[in-house]
Amino acid sequence: MNNGYAIETDRITRKFGELVAVDNISIKIKYGEIFGLLGPNGAGKTTLTHMLCTILCPTSGTARVAGHDICSEPDEVRSSIGIVFQEPSLDNNLTGRENLDFHGRMYGMTSEQRKARIEEVLSIVGLSNRADSLVKTYSGGMKRRLEIARGLMHRPKILFLDEPTLGLDAQTRRVVWEQIEKLNKTEKITVVLTTHYIEEADYLCDRVGIIDMGRIVALDTPQALKDKLEGDVVYLKVDDVKKFLRIFQKSPLVKGVKVTGDSLQLQVGNGSKTIPRIIETVRRNGGQVQEVSLKRPSLEDVFINYTGKAIRDEGPDVASRFGMHGHWRR
Amino acid sequence: MSATQVIYTLWLREMKWFLRGKTRIIQSVVQPFLWLAIIGIGMSSAFKLPGGQSYLQFMAPGIIGMTLIFSSIMSGVSVLWDKQFGFLKEILVAPVARTHIMLGKALGGVTTSLLQGLLLLIAAALVGVWPPTILALAQVMVFMIFISLAFVSLGLAFASKMTDPVAFPLVANFLVMPLFFLSGALFPLATAPDWMKAIAYVNPLRYGVDGLRGAIIGLSDLPLWVDFGVLLVFSTAMILIGGYLFRKTSI
Repeated sequence: MNNGYAIETDRITRKFGELVAVDNISIKIKYGEIFGLLGPNGAGKTTLTHMLCTILCPTSGTARVAGHDICSEPDEVRSSIGIVFQEPSLDNNLTGRENLDFHGRMYGMTSEQRKARIEEVLSIVGLSNRADSLVKTYSGGMKRRLEIARGLMHRPKILFLDEPTLGLDAQTRRVVWEQIEKLNKTEKITVVLTTHYIEEADYLCDRVGIIDMGRIVALDTPQALKDKLEGDVVYLKVDDVKKFLRIFQKSPLVKGVKVTGDSLQLQVGNGSKTIPRIIETVRRNGGQVQEVSLKRPSLEDVFINYTGKAIRDEGPDVASRFGMHGHWRR
Repeated sequence: MSATQVIYTLWLREMKWFLRGKTRIIQSVVQPFLWLAIIGIGMSSAFKLPGGQSYLQFMAPGIIGMTLIFSSIMSGVSVLWDKQFGFLKEILVAPVARTHIMLGKALGGVTTSLLQGLLLLIAAALVGVWPPTILALAQVMVFMIFISLAFVSLGLAFASKMTDPVAFPLVANFLVMPLFFLSGALFPLATAPDWMKAIAYVNPLRYGVDGLRGAIIGLSDLPLWVDFGVLLVFSTAMILIGGYLFRKTSI
């Protein structure tokens, strides 16, 4: 079944009436990756995820998930994926263990398989000691972790996480991140997550697809995306500003130079690689470096560059904003 | 994924919910018991029915029918709470057939409704009304099962089309109240005005109540097999409609 890619979409498109929520997206996600879909609310992340999870049907185009077509083999797709939804989807009147057991049964696991696996996933997310309390007594972070555990129950090849840390505090977010990393390594699971938190994409993802207005506008590793901006800035404090301004204006090392206060602001491609050569240039010309600092572009800068706007909270996702809840497929 | 495992899984969850909602169980039995113990006994001392039975005997099967129809149709609300709390998504993305999910939910609803019906049967025995023979008890069980099945499916059909769990009981009451009043549960239809009789003919609960009464006190307007036949057809239709609408339900 391994055709090389965990997910392969082919010009997948979804319209809600006039609105094109997902527009002609073709991406390939490798096995073992943590892949992030980064975009503002309403960009089409959830719609795309729902299609890949066989909840929504594409208007045109298609996708293969774990080697199965999402339209013609939805059951095979469902068996090979785990899903953690954006909104909570636990039964609060059952215990954590019962929620997991319910899931195991629905995915056709035998009693022995369920027993063993429940202990495993509980320990992965660190909930073993609270397994027998009713879910309604759990905190927000615990519920999130239980949902992740549940997504792992049936040993899916691919785990979808829709805004996994939405509404969690900074500390809990960090815990969830570490757990996602851990299970990607130890369980060898492919993770596809959507997020509108830049730090989350930057910290977690091997590759990031920036999605805006239903289109993928950029796709690469977070580092490569930042490098492409060629936007590193080196702040350099030297003894003779005017002299070095002239020198660096002629130097092929830098793409631009300005004076700000008593220091030089040099625009360079890759800051960390260029700094030693800048310092060398200063020495060779008989000057002395007093201070040097580097500002790298953040993923936020990348995001602004590609979408022309800063990421921000702007209400609910497209589908719910327009009151267009898709019909669930069977 | 085997159908039985899915149905059992859904059923098991309904049972856990039922057993954890102690107040609901008590409330669902206490209210009809008050009807029996106060209205039933009070009316018995005021009226004599044409057949010679006491009013309490006449009314007890009707109150069992009332308990069944209310608890059955209300079981549909669980679908709406599942929608509300997102759990329905968890159920619907599992690699299982929706029809099996619906059957599991229906079977869970039938079981809880049947348990409440049985508690009421015991309560009726406490005030002196019970099926005379084992055969009669078996007939009572059959009628209870089919009344529950029909109205659980109806409840699920409604729940498939609705989203608000708070509005559901209002809608259900609006529907069930007239069915209950016109079922012959509280007064004999034989002596009722013709227009009322006409409406009662198309009221499925009427056949359920008539069947229960025939089995418990041996007094019925229609032969039991007719009552059973109508109920069988109605509940089959409801399962099909409920199943169809549930397959189409959206989140």
